Amino acid sequence: MSEIQNYTMNFGPQHPAAHGVLRLVLELDGETIQAADPHVGLLHRATEKLAESKPYSQSIGYMDRLDYVSMMCNEHGYVLAIEKLLGIMPPIRAQYIRVMFDEITRILNHLMWLGAHGLDIGAMTMFLYCFREREDLMDCYEAVSGTRMHATYYRPGGVYRDLPETMPKYQESKFRSKKEIDRLNAVRDGSLLDFIVAFTDKFPACVDEYETLLTDNRIWKQRTVNIGVVSPDRAMQLGFSGPMLRGSGIAWDLRKKQPYEVYDQMDFDIPIGTNGDCYDRYLVRVEEMRQANRIIRQCVDWLRENPGPVMLDDHKIVAPTRVEMKDDMESLIHHFKLFTEGYCVPEGEAYAAVEHPKGEFGVYLISDGANKPYRVKIRAAGFAHISAMSEMVEGHMLADVVAVIGTQDIVFGEVDR
Amino acid sequence: MTDRYETLTTRLDERFGEQVRVVPSTCGELTIEVDRGDLIGVATALRNEADFGFEMLMDVCGVDYLHYGSDEWRTSSATGTGFSRGVEREPVILDEADEFDPRRFAVVYHLLSLQHNTRLRMRTYTGSNNPPIIHSVVDIWNSANWFEREAFDLYGILFEGHPDLRRILTDYGFIGHPFRKDFPLIGNVEVSYDAEKGRVAYQPVSIEARTLVPRVIRDDNRYEAELRGATDE
Repeated sequence: MSEIQNYTMNFGPQHPAAHGVLRLVLELDGETIQAADPHVGLLHRATEKLAESKPYSQSIGYMDRLDYVSMMCNEHGYVLAIEKLLGIMPPIRAQYIRVMFDEITRILNHLMWLGAHGLDIGAMTMFLYCFREREDLMDCYEAVSGTRMHATYYRPGGVYRDLPETMPKYQESKFRSKKEIDRLNAVRDGSLLDFIVAFTDKFPACVDEYETLLTDNRIWKQRTVNIGVVSPDRAMQLGFSGPMLRGSGIAWDLRKKQPYEVYDQMDFDIPIGTNGDCYDRYLVRVEEMRQANRIIRQCVDWLRENPGPVMLDDHKIVAPTRVEMKDDMESLIHHFKLFTEGYCVPEGEAYAAVEHPKGEFGVYLISDGANKPYRVKIRAAGFAHISAMSEMVEGHMLADVVAVIGTQDIVFGEVDR
Repeated sequence: MTDRYETLTTRLDERFGEQVRVVPSTCGELTIEVDRGDLIGVATALRNEADFGFEMLMDVCGVDYLHYGSDEWRTSSATGTGFSRGVEREPVILDEADEFDPRRFAVVYHLLSLQHNTRLRMRTYTGSNNPPIIHSVVDIWNSANWFEREAFDLYGILFEGHPDLRRILTDYGFIGHPFRKDFPLIGNVEVSYDAEKGRVAYQPVSIEARTLVPRVIRDDNRYEAELRGATDE
């Protein structure tokens, strides 16, 4: 007697579509998923415990490495929590810079997501297109912080330094011709803001290109429409946030509802979906890129008009500049104290949440008055999303698992922490 | 924002009375403490009653208050030994006591109400049992599932009624609960590939724990005034 039995299969951790180190144990009935059990934690680095053993400022770099495709937004959550505890507000120019880089980061993240999601479900071209624009945004990171990814640019009390007047340029090499170099460097002659303006001018057309390739594409629709449907009620029950929540039709965006920094000065719309399937979430994220572009443009216009400090002038929290240190004893002492012991943060607790590209990124800090946090808890959006994996893929085909992983925009740096 | 929290505070007082204690808040956030026994009743009401409407549970986390408020370096008096005030850690001994300090472990819930646009922090101490145990809220908010698994994994807090309480972040076969304050930062075991046995082998850690920056708590009168102001309200 031949009886067909359920089949248990490992998906990952070494699977190209597992977005890093996801191990999924799938229970299959033929090619239909009965249940999925995600095993996470393969990238667990105990960021929170490490942060508890270091002065506050030294953990900013760890935040970059959480969700390593939206670095500055992670920093933002952490820095906001510290600022909340200290009761300080960064100067207005720093707030505009933060908002601008948050939105640059949002585009960075969504481009990475769109490229990888497309690649996973058969749209190879997307990856190449998206990474073309991503490169320009990486250059903005590099210009402002010196690194292309792990910026450590946001600090409690502002941002590390003001926007640079020059952009790094391509050097001639045997891999690139003079003509090619000149073309690449043409937009890099001015300041960073000029470069960003040039980017915002061309970017809407780029998004149109992506949409031409995907939005009405028959194969894309077959792979995403009615896949991984989440009703609004379930989305709330499961703790979804960001595009996952908005894709299900709930107009909830922290930038609008609980504005931080200068988001209340910005003019932008929040897109929402209607069906709560992968296709709707795709549309939401694509529209978010257009809106992010609008916000960046508004920030650039403001930043051009309004020069000013980008850091608080309080040397109990913010280190003095190196120039000051050269001829001022107190500055030298402040610098020494800040980089050895750090600053003590008043006793209390704070939860600061930002609208991260993936959803609500919250940092819960408990301070007992010491120079190190007593407890840091990072609320990563991806963690709540992936916990709903089983529910989202149940009854779908094996190939749809990949579409669901893609639509959840999972990055293991933040899920595993 | 503050008005909204004041109305919420009065509503909480009227509805729950003794069951809910509003903790003097910092940073304009509202924190309540709920006894272990009242947790499910209060949580259900917070979710279902229109006055509160906390339909989302954003975060659940464990906290270990073992070393709360203890520093490693005294700052109030000058030293007689000059600059050699390096911190020597006491060896860490796992706390195997049958009973814990009742205020050692806590579970903190972060609630969010979309309709009222409010946040609420709810803290419940797990009492003196070893292992600490508390009722699960998975039935009320499904998102608690993995968050509670994480708190179990990292702090060893048991959640009664949880459908699938397994370790989540640590390695398969991991021993101990790494985020407890009596668990060393460097861990207890290290792994390496054993060529003879042809597999990965565990052995006790060979590195030495050290404190790079001592924990310092300083009296800062700038913050004193602020704290006093907050409690007076």
